Amino acid sequence: MKNWQEKIIQILLVGAASASILIVLLIFLFLGKEAFPFVSDPGIRVLLEHQWIPVSFKREVFGIIPLITGSVLVTILATGLMIPFGVLGAVYIAEIAIEKERAFLKPFIEIMAGIPSVVIGFFGLVVLSPVLKEVFQLNTGLTALLGAILLALMAIPTVISISEDAIRSVPKSFKEASLALGASRLQTIFRVVVPAALPGIIAAVMLGIGRVIGETMVVLMVTGNAAQITFNPVESVRTMTATIAAEMGEVAFGSNHYQALFWVGIVLLVITFGLNYVAQKVLNRYRMG
Amino acid sequence: MKTFGKLIIVGSITGLLLSGCGKKTKTEEHSYLTIKGSDTMVHLASNWAEAFMNAHPGIDISVTGGGSGTGIAALLNGTSNICIASRKIKSKELSLAEEKRIYPKEIVTARDGIAIVVNPENTVETLSIEQIGKIYTGAYTNWKQVGGPNQQIIVLSRESSSGTFVFFQKRVMNKKDYTRKAMLMPSTAAIIQSVSQDKWAIGYVGLGYGTEAKDRIKIVLVKDGDTPAIEPSIKTVQSGEYGIARPLHFYTNGEPIGVVGQFVNYVLSNEGQKIVLETGYVPIN
Repeated sequence: MKNWQEKIIQILLVGAASASILIVLLIFLFLGKEAFPFVSDPGIRVLLEHQWIPVSFKREVFGIIPLITGSVLVTILATGLMIPFGVLGAVYIAEIAIEKERAFLKPFIEIMAGIPSVVIGFFGLVVLSPVLKEVFQLNTGLTALLGAILLALMAIPTVISISEDAIRSVPKSFKEASLALGASRLQTIFRVVVPAALPGIIAAVMLGIGRVIGETMVVLMVTGNAAQITFNPVESVRTMTATIAAEMGEVAFGSNHYQALFWVGIVLLVITFGLNYVAQKVLNRYRMG
Repeated sequence: MKTFGKLIIVGSITGLLLSGCGKKTKTEEHSYLTIKGSDTMVHLASNWAEAFMNAHPGIDISVTGGGSGTGIAALLNGTSNICIASRKIKSKELSLAEEKRIYPKEIVTARDGIAIVVNPENTVETLSIEQIGKIYTGAYTNWKQVGGPNQQIIVLSRESSSGTFVFFQKRVMNKKDYTRKAMLMPSTAAIIQSVSQDKWAIGYVGLGYGTEAKDRIKIVLVKDGDTPAIEPSIKTVQSGEYGIARPLHFYTNGEPIGVVGQFVNYVLSNEGQKIVLETGYVPIN
């Protein structure tokens, strides 16, 4: 009787676990199917051009390089902002804050994680954009930097929560040993606890990056969406996600433009896959060591 | 076809039941009308539909947006009775229609002026269509090239999925491509927001939106060739003096007859055109 029940539960669990694999495979298959005709006409090389001009009376160009550089620029900037705030915040909450402070800080951080992205985008558009314009003496606040700041804001709660878990799960004996050897509190935190929690912290940052690169609404609202190749933080950029969101709705079904958008989706998916793969590798290596 | 038959049956049964009540006139049977297409026109079309339904309780009209292209596709697939479009039907779509034995009939129902807007602090008051075109193609990048101060121009446009994007490209930019620096904004509201904040920005918006936001932005007077600079207004769009204007269309399958015809007649009537004015667009006469 018991055996029989366990079998069923096992089958259910296997089904649940493999459903996600199946779905990912189907997504890949579907993306490939819609994107594939582009290979023969107009040819895959078009994707490597340096311009994205999907609507033109002369010649439509579907070079996704500017979209990739746009996404990369925003993601790098956001990561640069997210790591210090996220990791140091987590260190403070896990190691230094007293119980009262923690009870106050944690719920606020969780609320921040729950703010809808369109609200954050609106906040950026109306409040932060003029500030940025003033501070950097710009002509317009709608820049890659503004997008990155808002995205970092959205990713920081994730980074803090997971890093804090990692830091708190470092065995107490490590800390005690360090303190007993005469290390100061700060030395203990940064020489012993943080290195021990590093795999968890890296995983947290990777998850944060995943959120940043896939986020759509905020970048669509605040980065200005000019498809140009630039690595200047105070220029306007167009990300891959914003391009798909803005153009998919009105594109003629099965046209070259439609297929090119699916290619953008494939590139985005491959990048996220690569990120996850690297994160796993890093985690494994640290675990071994 | 089957469902359509059912609808007729349901319609006539309701008609019979209602006529039994005595208060209802028998002449108006229950009918449905679907309108689909341009986001620019959705607001206008729903205002028409509302007023029309009030006057004819037996008729239900549903209005949905999605873009001119979506609307035309729905007309060709037979899923909607009227397509609202802020652009003309393309020859590709016409040949597709012929294949499907659908004969789109074009009716101009209103006009829409496109206002060129800048920040109130910008000293530039007038621009020619040629100058605007050069700004948007990237040939001009500094306000001093059009008689303004030595400041870089921030070019704002609608997204490429917008009918206005294409119309502007055709009418103002000589079908050339937009500059790569052009920032594509997701909505008209975003353009107005940005122009009101950024001193050296330029954008284009529908006349209705432009006049509504007049306290936050400045509408530029536009010269077309040798003509004097014209301010966009209902009068100048109607007379054709203002250069950047476009017709807003209905497309029906063949000549509008029956309920569709009734609705089209209403839209073109004085009452219907009054609604055009109230919604911020320009009546046809």
